[in-house]
Amino acid sequence: MGERGTVLEGLRAFRLIAGMWVRSSMTYRTSFVVTMAGNLLMTAMDFVGILLMFAQVDSLGGWSLPEIAFLYGLSVTSFGAADLLLGSMDVLGSRIRDGSFDILLLRPVPVLAQIGADHFALRRLGRITQGALVLGWAMWSVDVDWSVGKLLLVPLMLVSGAAIFSALFVAGAAFQIFAQDAAEVQNAFTYGGTTLLQYPPTVFGKDFVRGVTFVLPLAFVNWVPACYVLGRAYPLDLPGWAAFAPPLVALVCCAAAGLVWRAGLGSYRSTGS
Amino acid sequence: MSVTERPLIELDGVEKVFDVRRKTGFLKRERRQVRAVDSLSFTVARGEMVGYIGPNGAGKSTTIKMLTGILTPSAGRLRVAGIDPSRERTRLAHRIGVVFGQRTTLWWDLPLIDSYRLMHRMYRIPDARYRENLDRCVELLELGDLLAAPVRQLSLGQRMRGDIAAALLHDPEVLYLDEPTIGLDVISKAKVRGFLKELNAELGTTVLLTTHDLQDIEQLCSRVMVIDHGRLMYDGALAGLHEVGESERILVVDLERELPPVEAPPARVVKVEGPRQWLAFPAGESAAALVARIAAEYPLVDLSVREPDIEDVIARMYAGAVPGRTEKAVS
Amino acid sequence: MGSGRLYTAVAAGGFRRYATYRVATAAGVFTNTAFGIILVYTYLALWDEKPHLGGYDQAQAVTYVWLGQCLYATLAIQGGGFEKDLMARIRTGEIAVDLYRPADLQLWWLASDVGRSLFQLLGRGVIPFVFGAVFFPMALPRDVTTWAAFALALLLAMVVSFGIRYLAALSAFWLMDGMGVTQAVMITGVFFSGIVLPLNAFPGALGEVVRVLPWAGQVQMPADVLMGETDPLGAFAFQAVWAVALLAAGRLLQSAATRRVVVQGG
Repeated sequence: MGERGTVLEGLRAFRLIAGMWVRSSMTYRTSFVVTMAGNLLMTAMDFVGILLMFAQVDSLGGWSLPEIAFLYGLSVTSFGAADLLLGSMDVLGSRIRDGSFDILLLRPVPVLAQIGADHFALRRLGRITQGALVLGWAMWSVDVDWSVGKLLLVPLMLVSGAAIFSALFVAGAAFQIFAQDAAEVQNAFTYGGTTLLQYPPTVFGKDFVRGVTFVLPLAFVNWVPACYVLGRAYPLDLPGWAAFAPPLVALVCCAAAGLVWRAGLGSYRSTGS
Repeated sequence: MSVTERPLIELDGVEKVFDVRRKTGFLKRERRQVRAVDSLSFTVARGEMVGYIGPNGAGKSTTIKMLTGILTPSAGRLRVAGIDPSRERTRLAHRIGVVFGQRTTLWWDLPLIDSYRLMHRMYRIPDARYRENLDRCVELLELGDLLAAPVRQLSLGQRMRGDIAAALLHDPEVLYLDEPTIGLDVISKAKVRGFLKELNAELGTTVLLTTHDLQDIEQLCSRVMVIDHGRLMYDGALAGLHEVGESERILVVDLERELPPVEAPPARVVKVEGPRQWLAFPAGESAAALVARIAAEYPLVDLSVREPDIEDVIARMYAGAVPGRTEKAVS
Repeated sequence: MGSGRLYTAVAAGGFRRYATYRVATAAGVFTNTAFGIILVYTYLALWDEKPHLGGYDQAQAVTYVWLGQCLYATLAIQGGGFEKDLMARIRTGEIAVDLYRPADLQLWWLASDVGRSLFQLLGRGVIPFVFGAVFFPMALPRDVTTWAAFALALLLAMVVSFGIRYLAALSAFWLMDGMGVTQAVMITGVFFSGIVLPLNAFPGALGEVVRVLPWAGQVQMPADVLMGETDPLGAFAFQAVWAVALLAAGRLLQSAATRRVVVQGG
């Protein structure tokens, strides 16, 4: 079975296992509705914070509310997609500790697909929903001449952003193989990442922006392409084509995450811990 | 079984070394290598039923994990059904079934049948085979009434039977069972054992089981392997193990009143508590004869015989460990 | 005296239990520090735009951020303290055993949670706070009295935090699934404690309301005491009134729940 076959096999397994989790959660129907609403409220808290700030000021870091809402919508929707697909990877550490990770290794399907689908929860649609609502409002109220190119850039950003965040989740999972109790470290990058991208790059220190552009390329989730859409100066004087780099950056991130995952799994199989 | 047929499981000088980091101070750590499995060599023929026993931490589960492809060996050669488990883990997965006694693979909140349907699709089992295997398991393991029940409502014994069925739907050639009867009541134990016997007899499925329950071995396995400190200490029939281990059974007698220790060689009193006395006697000796002798001379009220458990047998085996003896058994 | 020693031992147990998770604690320190950095930048931008928002200058806003990160786990702002254990015990019925113990249920869990809080403060809270003080300008008092007042405010904050979560945990006697309650604790905790934005900086009537809710006693009050923005005695009184009210409500709910257990036969 080639790489392509493995990927297809993985997607199929993901669907099967995710389906089982959805069915499991549906056995507690009221709870499902409540938690989905809770997820929406909880994840919208960041936007409420932004609204509270804008109750006091007209701009933040030189950006208006619709512009920041545009960043927020892009960041939260793409993160929400990654969170829906792979958001439970932080259970990997406890699966290793209680030994149930071994059972995944006994199945004839890729382990990554199984751990990705682990605890799959549709309540996570709450985050995507509110992110998409904010994004829709922002696109409608922001002062932009929407060309076809700019419009097409939006779904491109969402898909690439989701891929970049997914890569972070996978790398975080691999890290847990080495440090099982350190699941929270990955939160700093995933949740921390989506939080910082809700604010414009002008807010942050230059070295910080350099870090999240060149080291951990979160800037390509929304900052750089959004600057193009909004007609703003790019952070760090990046070249004009940088706005269209997100798919490429996403590809590199996914490849890197794949390698890290493979190394982590290999290490688990040789050390058993 | 033809003589020329290749063994289903082959291990040749298999080793597994772990790096263990131990805390020695507030921030100091010491690295140490632990040999969990040490030059392990054995073969299991198709259709055999083998007990694999040893104390906790002896290397049992490390061996099973290498046989299933979860762990890669540090050295040596290992083949299951001609497949190198560590290299072709997913291909091997179609050929083996695994049941971990303390860890269910069933879906907690869903009806039992849903877990089987998942196996059906995940292992891509042809419909007819799936039907046939499921029907057989349902009948022999008496799962009919349980299929529609959420797994969380099943008793431990029912769940274990459910787990065994889940491991067999894809027609594995070898079944690894890790403590399949742990925590089960007597009736459930009997059901599980009966099923495994039948499975082995009818389908010729090879079974390798680890257990703490000597009766599992007595009733199921013609061959037993003992591992300790990562090394194979014994490989042969269970009877031989008793002999090697010079194991003893315990006869507990309740006398009418407190009396001096009972004299009934070769049994010897190991403990006295009021009118109750504990006598140890060689496992090979007849308990009936001993009881008759004691009953003739002492005012006997009640009695019970305690079988040696695996830990006792193994502990004794080491106490009197003679290198030549294990060799004899391995040959 | 004897019972005092008992609850001290329970608190020490709570402290030790969390102290065993060293790697998790280190991971938490890392995450709180990362979030602190992100928040500090956004607050600086906000205070740049509107200096003296909520009566704070920039250094005070920065101090508030790092104090929030310091207290995030300490006060279990988004839940995750003793209440998980208590809810599990209620659901499994083990609570019936607890009720027959010679110790007081509420005090027992309070002691255990204060022990947890103290560990989280020392193990997880102090490092991000010190990190903030080293790398960003902060407004910290130089006199011992203010620090002592801050310590007392913190202790009261722990009790208020416990009081809220105790009520939430007891709901498990009536609700089968605790997910909704857990989420409610999380949402209200994050919003009303002023983790999103200092309660001082909340606009208009909303600000008036959130500043008198019990959650105001968790981060806002200790922060204002530390930075000399409020009269310490007033802050103590505010926290103490809420602490007593919450604990009393907890008692009432507990006795109702106990009757329920007794009626149902455990």
